Amino acid sequence: MSAELTGAEIVIEALKEQGVDTVFGYPGGAVLPIYDMLFQQNKIRHILVRHEQGATHAAEGYARSTGKPGVVLVTSGPGATNAVTGMTDALMDSIPMVVLSGQVPTFMIGNDAFQEADTVGITRPCSKHNWLVKDTETLAETIHQAFHIATSGRPGPVLVDIPKDVQFASAPYKTRAKSPTGHYNPRVKGDLDEITRAVEAFERAERPVIYSGGGVINSGVASSQMLRELVAATNAPITSTLMGLGAYPASGENWLGMLGMHGTEEANLAMHDCDFMLCVGARFDDRITGRTDAFSPGSFKVHIDIDPSSINKIIHVDVPIIGDVGHVLEDFLKVWKARGRKTNAPAIKKWWGQINEWRARNCLNFRNSDKLIKPQHALQRLEALTKGMDRYITTEVGQHQMWAAQYLGFENPNRFMTSGGLGTMGYGLPASIGVQVAHPESLVINIAGDASFLMNMQEMGTAVQFNLPVKQFILNNERLGMVRQWQQLLHGERYSHSWSESLPDFVKLAEAFGAKGILVDDPADLDEAIKEMLAYDGPVIMDCVVEKHENCFPMIPSGKAHNEMIFADGETEGAIDAEGKTRV
Amino acid sequence: MTSMSLKKGANRKSAYDLKNPLNEQIETHTLAVLVDNEAGVLARVIGLFSGRGYNIDSLTVAETDAEGHRSRITIVTTGTAGVIEQIKAQLALIIPVYKVNDLTVEGASVEREMALLKVAGKGEKRVEAMRLADIFRANVVDSTLESFVFEITGTPEKIEAFTDLMRPLGLVDTARTGVAALARGLA
Repeated sequence: MSAELTGAEIVIEALKEQGVDTVFGYPGGAVLPIYDMLFQQNKIRHILVRHEQGATHAAEGYARSTGKPGVVLVTSGPGATNAVTGMTDALMDSIPMVVLSGQVPTFMIGNDAFQEADTVGITRPCSKHNWLVKDTETLAETIHQAFHIATSGRPGPVLVDIPKDVQFASAPYKTRAKSPTGHYNPRVKGDLDEITRAVEAFERAERPVIYSGGGVINSGVASSQMLRELVAATNAPITSTLMGLGAYPASGENWLGMLGMHGTEEANLAMHDCDFMLCVGARFDDRITGRTDAFSPGSFKVHIDIDPSSINKIIHVDVPIIGDVGHVLEDFLKVWKARGRKTNAPAIKKWWGQINEWRARNCLNFRNSDKLIKPQHALQRLEALTKGMDRYITTEVGQHQMWAAQYLGFENPNRFMTSGGLGTMGYGLPASIGVQVAHPESLVINIAGDASFLMNMQEMGTAVQFNLPVKQFILNNERLGMVRQWQQLLHGERYSHSWSESLPDFVKLAEAFGAKGILVDDPADLDEAIKEMLAYDGPVIMDCVVEKHENCFPMIPSGKAHNEMIFADGETEGAIDAEGKTRV
Repeated sequence: MTSMSLKKGANRKSAYDLKNPLNEQIETHTLAVLVDNEAGVLARVIGLFSGRGYNIDSLTVAETDAEGHRSRITIVTTGTAGVIEQIKAQLALIIPVYKVNDLTVEGASVEREMALLKVAGKGEKRVEAMRLADIFRANVVDSTLESFVFEITGTPEKIEAFTDLMRPLGLVDTARTGVAALARGLA
């Protein structure tokens, strides 16, 4: 293509060439030329959000549920700064995202112009990389490089800041094939010697456990298949982080449930007592490890991660394997098969005997009520009534998020969208919108708390405008539930500012937006209400009024080890000591 | 906060110290970081250190390959062995970073730093300053009847020793470049 295009045309052309079908955004002065070009084409669909943070989370939902990068378009200044939370969220959870931001014209940069902000400066620590494009000549190649970096290696958010004069000026369009990719080319194949060492240790293991994470899901559906094959062939027990749920099916025989702070007893005790740990695409986050010096003290640890900086960052491992989970698992299986498919079967059988004893204690048991809806019960009913459906779940952040992870079953990867690393309240509603845009025929439910929902509730307008039938399932306890729980356990039951005194009437709120509202507060009506929500062809806010003071258990208190969990019926007084208090 | 039992080595001023409950030895390493000389690259490197709570003892940067648009950043940093490994891994993640070399562990290297010291004095003190400068092979690059500016090149230890000697002799001001370093031989 030798004809010159304007910068704005180049943006659209580059997005098309990258296969982008959807952009989440909000217009403003500094991106008007790009919006003008968006108007004059119909290949790329633009979803108008109500706040730029909503655009970033919607892009995350889109990316996480499709495996494709999410694309965001915002204006300069406040448009860009509002995108910061979503970018940080994507960085923590390794979500591929390309943010295009408008900027004041190059000749005005540095003058404190209207809606000027140092966008590349502000987003430097919350992006994998970012660029300020000062010349239309380099715009196309920069956008192509942005997609390359966002999607390869450990995925993450990138930002391209485009001054308004660069959008107006003309230059020849450079295709993806002709654009330099730079030297960024992360290694995907693992070292075979290390993989062989890992297989050898695995063959001998008496008490193995596989601990998988979001990296398996980022690596693609084939990686989840290989993980399942490995588990089935070796009979190893498997647990997963919050971000990894669905890579191995919740209905699978070897599934221990989620591990970590609110993980199951069997998963955490298996981690603590194992003699061999295979960490697949997870990063030993502090929600997972608890007290690091008491973390799985007797195990031989193998860590598969595409990011070299994850190795030995928190937990020292015996065999690090740097590479893409899919490639490494493929080689791992090859080597294991070539060496004769050995496992220490009798010992593993005995190990299962122990695990099944832990399982039998049924740590997720809770005291149900026929007067008040228990949040756990509400999720169990939702699970039962949506079983087998083509279902995607998003969550906000807090108690409801942990209950969703505990009581909903995820059978496949890319079906559970949640803010894991950053813990962003307000993530779930816009994320559900992004998921629904990508999967218009599927059932998309956001499990929310009343407080989280309010943080980005303006996005109900987006759902209604674009006919996105997202279901907002609010477990309404009129509290900031997780904060209240910590204040109860740690701060002498002094509930400092952890309740909402004037919640909106969620049914009226739904109706005000043009959506449907449903209120349920009696356990006897719960099933009918859920069915009504599922049957409605359009966005719904379901106000499910639940027990106000329910706590989320089991729980590893901060600063404690995996074998020091507290349970629903246990003594919680003084469970967390002064040292634990200083942690989050 | 008073009832809190803080880990050994932690203090109330710094939260980062809580990250390192093990009483590990602190090491000093010199890192050579080869980067694309593009806008903001130094901010990325410095931001990494401040954002993750790492130390910078000294940092020098200049373009070393004008044709290839490459700059060399030499960083002297301190931390436990684990922290040093993290620093190297994190630096390597920065997109415009080509190469990270740990000159402290990758064979022998030479390190040099340059400093300018302004010393004011009269009489015996002025003579003594001049005599010591001669021993340290410092050059006089500016002189008035009441002051000298010395230029000294050497290892940071040598510069510190010279600075310590100048202090009682009327040291007024010091400017140091920070360390530049290269591996010895053809490595």
